[in-house]
Amino acid sequence: MNTENLQTSYETSRNKKLIGLFAVGITLFAVVAIVGLLISMLGNFLIGGLPHFSWEFLIEAPRNNNTEGGIFPAIYGTALLVILMAIMGVPIGTATAIYLTEYARQDSFFARSVRFGVNTLAGVPSIVFGLFGLGFFVQFVGKGADAALGNTGIVWGQPALIWAAATLAVLTLPVVIVSVEEALRAVPRELREASLALGATKWQTIWKVVLPNAITGIMTGLILAVSRGAGEVAPILFVGAVYSLPELPDQLSDQFMHLGYHLFVLSTQSPDVNATMPLQYATTIVLLLLTFALNFIAIFIRSRLRGRALK
Amino acid sequence: MAKDLQTKIRATDFSFFYGKKQALHNISADLYSNKVTAFIGPSGCGKSTFLRSLNRMNDVIDGTRVEGKVEVDNIDIYAPNIDVVELRKRIGMVFQKSIPFPKSIYENITFGLRLNTKPTKPQLDEIVEKSLQRAAIWNEVKDRLNDSAMGLSGGQQQRLCIARAIAVNPDILLMDEPCSALDPISTAKIEELIQELKSSYTIVLVTHNMQQAARVSDYTGFFYMGNMVEFDKTRTMFTRPAKKETEDYITGRFG
Repeated sequence: MNTENLQTSYETSRNKKLIGLFAVGITLFAVVAIVGLLISMLGNFLIGGLPHFSWEFLIEAPRNNNTEGGIFPAIYGTALLVILMAIMGVPIGTATAIYLTEYARQDSFFARSVRFGVNTLAGVPSIVFGLFGLGFFVQFVGKGADAALGNTGIVWGQPALIWAAATLAVLTLPVVIVSVEEALRAVPRELREASLALGATKWQTIWKVVLPNAITGIMTGLILAVSRGAGEVAPILFVGAVYSLPELPDQLSDQFMHLGYHLFVLSTQSPDVNATMPLQYATTIVLLLLTFALNFIAIFIRSRLRGRALK
Repeated sequence: MAKDLQTKIRATDFSFFYGKKQALHNISADLYSNKVTAFIGPSGCGKSTFLRSLNRMNDVIDGTRVEGKVEVDNIDIYAPNIDVVELRKRIGMVFQKSIPFPKSIYENITFGLRLNTKPTKPQLDEIVEKSLQRAAIWNEVKDRLNDSAMGLSGGQQQRLCIARAIAVNPDILLMDEPCSALDPISTAKIEELIQELKSSYTIVLVTHNMQQAARVSDYTGFFYMGNMVEFDKTRTMFTRPAKKETEDYITGRFG
């Protein structure tokens, strides 16, 4: 009897071993597939675009109806857009997260409504943000500003850098709010109480103790927002991006060129799509590089802050 | 004996509610100036809740409610016109888990001082040295005041928290199980510290270690299920307790 049990238990454990191997195999396969996909994508871009990619490409303006030359204005526009978006979105998102975590009663109707709104916002398709940007920022706020300011020589009621940045800021707001909220919640309750016990007000506690502790989380929110914002094209399709400009934008009311948008137009609307293929690939490489660069800068800043905070 | 005693804190029929749940039932006690009063009792009996009620630290929890009175220097601290922030400057608190701010040792001590005033550097230096000396940690840290407080050992961190609390010159020091996370040597150092500090401060201590209460305190209150079952001089409490529950707890029949 005992040997029978031993035999069946041996077979069961062999089955378990097989299942274990199968699981390892599947997950390994997934990793290989994804990495392979990534490499083939990057390889495709590099092969198609490297011939056209050069230092001149990066710093010159386009020529000949966007079939030759460089794409510096698009780089400039994209970077400017993302920076403006961060300036507009991160403080508001941080303030919202601070309110939700530190001030609001967690079960109040208001807090729950705000959270619900944030979650819903996160699920809205990008193109809808574009329509919102056009309808609200450009036509309502912009035209309203024109009416209020009168004739100042600047027209606000049209697609512009500031409205595109505002639209992207709204789009990335949920990501910022969630990251900052998580960072604030991670600050131990005892730390806050220690500050209060010394006679600090709630705001002093937030400003001097909680926020410095949460700074890495805020940076994470910034990084995520930048990653998302740098790549989105749909929201800025008709809110400020243009295909070609005589000069670089130097005011918030100017329009701007944008790498993602440029790529879109190059591949769908240029007179000779095949001729611009190398250009498209090269633009793609530049867009990826810019996104990586912005991310690296933010990650670098975050790791420096993290190092200082832990010291 | 009684003629020296001054009541610093007086609780009168003080009850505390977490929402609908009543955590403290009609606590009445006099806590005397420049004495150490300890609260003992099994887990969940309300001793920490009562301690935190003394500097209104429970206000930060949503949905809490109080009845009855707590008077500090004859002023009802739950009166509507009381500024809680000012109250907490006069009542310092040390927590179970020592939590220095993730800043330098120097900045930890000066945190409370710089909240509302702008003292000069010499003034700050003097207070930092005095506080760290009174907390019996000056010699160990005087050469590394600008290092992070997180680099100190557990016992040192707790003494730092004590120094931080006394830097703002409170009258009263509340200590919520200050030694429960520490090794016996650090515990002994802090118990010694408490004896020295009582000449300048009124100390209220919560501890789940009965022997510590017996070693360190002048008066002891025994809490059980949200009631203060007995409150008396420590020596009396531990040798001739009046109530049977007290005796059962002290002799270890339950806990």
